[in-house]
Amino acid sequence: MTPMEPTGAVRQSAEAAVQVSTVVPDVALEHRRQSERRVALAPELVTIRDLKMHFPVIEGALFSKEVARVKAVDGINLTIRKGETLGLVGESGCGKTTTGRCILRLEHPTGGEILFDGKNLVDLDQKSMQALRQKIQVIFQDPYSSLNPRMKIGEIISEPMKVHGTEPNKAARDARVAELLRLCGLDPKFADRYPHEMSGGQRQRVGIARALSVRPEFIICDEAISALDVSIQAQIINLLEDLREQFGLTYLFIAHDLSVVRHLCHRVAVMYLGKIVELADCDELYSNPLHPYTQALLAAVPVPDPDLERARAHRIVKGEVPSPMNPPKGCVFHPRCPLAVDCCAKIVPEFRELRPGHWVACSVI
Amino acid sequence: MEAGQVKRLKGRPYSTDDERREVSRLLKIDSLQTYFFSAAGVVKAVDGISLDINQGETIAIVGESGCGKSVSALSILRLVADPPGRIIGGSIRFRDRDLLKLSEEEIREVRGKDIAMVFQEPMTSLNPVLTIGRQLTETMEQHLDMTHDQAVARAVELLGMVGISDPARRLRQYPHHFSGGMRQRVMIAMALCCEPKLIIADEPTTALDVTVQAQILELMKDLTQRLGVALIIITHNLGIVARYADRVNVMYAGRIIESGTAHEIYHHPHHPYTLALLRSVPRMDQPRRARLDPVEGQPPDLSRLGAGCSFHPRCGFAIARCASQSPPLERIDGGDHLAACFEADNVAKSMARSS
Ligand SMILES: Nc1ncnc2c1ncn2[C@@H]1O[C@H](COP(=O)(O)OP(=O)(O)OP(=O)(O)O)[C@@H](O)[C@H]1O
Ligand SMILES: Nc1ncnc2c1ncn2[C@@H]1O[C@H](COP(=O)(O)OP(=O)(O)OP(=O)(O)O)[C@@H](O)[C@H]1O
Ligand code: SF4
Ligand code: SF4
Ligand SMILES: [Mg+2]
Ligand SMILES: [Mg+2]
Repeated sequence: MTPMEPTGAVRQSAEAAVQVSTVVPDVALEHRRQSERRVALAPELVTIRDLKMHFPVIEGALFSKEVARVKAVDGINLTIRKGETLGLVGESGCGKTTTGRCILRLEHPTGGEILFDGKNLVDLDQKSMQALRQKIQVIFQDPYSSLNPRMKIGEIISEPMKVHGTEPNKAARDARVAELLRLCGLDPKFADRYPHEMSGGQRQRVGIARALSVRPEFIICDEAISALDVSIQAQIINLLEDLREQFGLTYLFIAHDLSVVRHLCHRVAVMYLGKIVELADCDELYSNPLHPYTQALLAAVPVPDPDLERARAHRIVKGEVPSPMNPPKGCVFHPRCPLAVDCCAKIVPEFRELRPGHWVACSVI
Repeated sequence: MEAGQVKRLKGRPYSTDDERREVSRLLKIDSLQTYFFSAAGVVKAVDGISLDINQGETIAIVGESGCGKSVSALSILRLVADPPGRIIGGSIRFRDRDLLKLSEEEIREVRGKDIAMVFQEPMTSLNPVLTIGRQLTETMEQHLDMTHDQAVARAVELLGMVGISDPARRLRQYPHHFSGGMRQRVMIAMALCCEPKLIIADEPTTALDVTVQAQILELMKDLTQRLGVALIIITHNLGIVARYADRVNVMYAGRIIESGTAHEIYHHPHHPYTLALLRSVPRMDQPRRARLDPVEGQPPDLSRLGAGCSFHPRCGFAIARCASQSPPLERIDGGDHLAACFEADNVAKSMARSS
């Protein structure tokens, strides 16, 4: 197909366009169903049980004492199957990155367990963890702070290969660096540049190339593509999908762009203030969101069409963003929830399976 | 003010053409060129862009990663590191002054007070060893002659406005105690603190969830309407552009290749790159696709641009002369919609056929 051919997607009426379109063209549907069926039967790769990460807030210079705790992650349960892409979305500051950091053992959780391939990462010793690091890679949210400014791009990308000894020979490493740069849409010449000589999006792709360098099994993508322009996003998404097909890679895909999550993920978990409030298959979640917060999120997605966008009212979730230092009692969403009733302020809603595979934490629906 | 409760002025969704001509011009960029002189060659990061922005107006700059959006923005405030970067041509008039001719001290004054910038990567501009509060109050004490207590009160108010809970306590924390999106909001609060005339926001909301994103953009929109603040938004999010921008500028390889109202750009694109860009996004309002369509081919190397149209190696519409001649940015039908393509009419027809 030439790049300029129409995609065949038909523009819809103003009414229909603000809703999530649930019509899936046949080819895509068949392909997805196949891969979903495969994934649903696959063994669990990552299992998170009652994970808690509470940060102490210390004040006072001389006699420092703990004055509060940030309950960044407050008892979440998740499973990710082999070959699956699990989307993790939710309010900024709700604990998505912290969850990822716990899996990587960059934070030591306050409680709970994280099983990877049956091994509990929480109490693994340094040596066994080091061996696992090759299998678990991460693409960070903020490329600037995750790339060493004094290293050239080529060195940054080949560093993990050296550490894990996956590519002992220098020539092979250099070849792989060039190949990875090309895969990520960068000129191999960039290997000789320093991070500050590149644009934000170019740096982000270096992060992606580095994560792929040691052929991991599981990749945590934390806002991995949000700094990229839409065309390169499309290219990287296609790349992630190809790698998933070819090597059975598993992703935890943390993102704010709900249209991208819909395109890429098998299942989606929605987080709010340290807790998971809804979890379902991708199509099910987008066509039938049950939790009021998920509904608010989906309603806020801007559509790339100026006529539609300006014609529709923008409802902002009312109320203040609550503080994880002092979360609301009962249902954490109740001060802002349009459906809240009296009991919501008292009772913590149970995480229930309302339909097969569709879980939600709300006592009203 | 309670977060999320941004008041909107009714009856003025966005300025009409007539209104726009009446208000005064705030910034006029003319043929700006910013190059990097590195060992590997000259990188023509910005190569002759021209832009106007009026009081109260919101313009968007979109375009491929690495095409020179951030460098354009940094050039306005003369923040490009020299060496290796240098502004080698053009002028940037802000009200009645050419920013390129100001002394170092004068431009610093402009940066603090008149033009604020929200940087793309928050960690590049937050100081990791100072508390959030210190970073916010410092500029206010310096530029607005506030007492420390006044500045703290204002900082608390600003953090509340950008939706950070428990602001008084958060002021005593350090950047690494904040999530990515919270850091970005601190940057936005900083930009707002001195009530600038122009805010340049480079990817202001990429790290934010869509509800907070909407809240902040509505806040900014409100400032443009109430106080006449002008806004330059650099973003990859075509949904945001569709909703907020009065005018959209599409950049490719250091140049503006198409410019027009949001309606013109989205519904009547006249440049093949714009068309390809619009087609590469997954959309919630359309059926899911099996595969996304990125723009084919490699992004151009800005240190080795040839004589012809910089898009021609990737262009499905290219004709013979595209390889040797560079298309000028020209008016479409004599209006304010501009495009730089020899085949603009054919592109428009192809778009019309496909919709
Ligand atoms: N080292 C730390 N000390 C204290 N608080 C922390 C620390 N790291 C994170 N937090 C807090 O934990 C909460 C969750 O942060 P996290 O980075 O996981 O959010 P997030 O969901 O990734 O948000 P975003 O979408 O904005 O990146 C925030 O309130 C943050 O301030
Ligand atoms: N110090 C430097 N030395 C050499 N080249 C540079 C330097 N800084 C930036 N560049 C180049 O200038 C070009 C423009 O960079 P810029 O940061 O403006 O891109 P951008 O459009 O903002 O992209 P993004 O969307 O990825 O942020 C890029 O191709 C980049 O590689
Ligand atoms: S439990 Fe109550 S407050 Fe919580 S989401 Fe459901 S209706 Fe809203
Ligand atoms: S001038 Fe030629 S190569 Fe350039 S965009 Fe137009 S048709 Fe394509
Ligand atoms: Mg995060
Ligand atoms: Mg940039």
